[in-house]
Amino acid sequence: MSFTPISTGHYLVLSAALLLIGSVGLLMRRNVIIMLMSIELILNAVNINLVAFSRHWQHVTGQVFAIFVITVAVAEAAVGLGILIALFRNRGTVLSDEIDLLKW
Amino acid sequence: MDAALFYIFAAITLAGALATVTLRNPIHCAISLIASLLGIAGLFLLQAAEFLFAVQILLYVGGVMVLFLFVIMLIHLEEASKLRQYSRQWPVAVAALLAVFAEIATFLNAGFPSLPPSPAPRLLAPGNTERIADSLFYVYALPFEAASLLLLIAIVGAVWMAKKKEAAE
Repeated sequence: MSFTPISTGHYLVLSAALLLIGSVGLLMRRNVIIMLMSIELILNAVNINLVAFSRHWQHVTGQVFAIFVITVAVAEAAVGLGILIALFRNRGTVLSDEIDLLKW
Repeated sequence: MDAALFYIFAAITLAGALATVTLRNPIHCAISLIASLLGIAGLFLLQAAEFLFAVQILLYVGGVMVLFLFVIMLIHLEEASKLRQYSRQWPVAVAALLAVFAEIATFLNAGFPSLPPSPAPRLLAPGNTERIADSLFYVYALPFEAASLLLLIAIVGAVWMAKKKEAAE
């Protein structure tokens, strides 16, 4: 087996693919829980990019920024799931297109 | 060896992501998302980001995904997983995603743009964790404090949001 050596470009292609898969989930699914999971996928694609460039430049700042991205992702998940529980208690649904109170 | 490991972890990551997006049962989705996140952790390790590898497993797999699973089990979703899974606007979404895909494909096909010269290398201190600590606590101390404030707000907000409201006063 012969593989071409792994370059930064390989990681960029992987992260682009992950970003697209996450966007598919975010835009096409109805279930709000799975939409939140897709947001996690998108943020992880960003992290792969940051770490790849940190590696490319031999500079640790990219990894520090990845830590901040993880922080924001955790805060987003906690608040999003809190909203989801309140939503389910009040409306009895987690399907995004049944929550259409503002749509006339 | 490195290349083989990269392809293995990339396959795990992408397969898990695809399963997350396509499966019907949210619990299966969450478990495939865990697989995907573990694949990403492997990629971090492959790029010598050991601290992020540990953080990814502790925080994402151990924290966030457990939170997701708890919420999924708190909200019974049996009927939702039997209904239509994709929203009615999916043609618009597909069009937008094809546009993004074309953009990324042309950008990546154009090859690497000439990257600006690297800043002075900072990967010299003895270990990955020490280097991150240096950078985090000296250079990025203010964003670090801001992140802690953000987490505090998120904790309070999540608790307040999920709390059962007392009888309306």
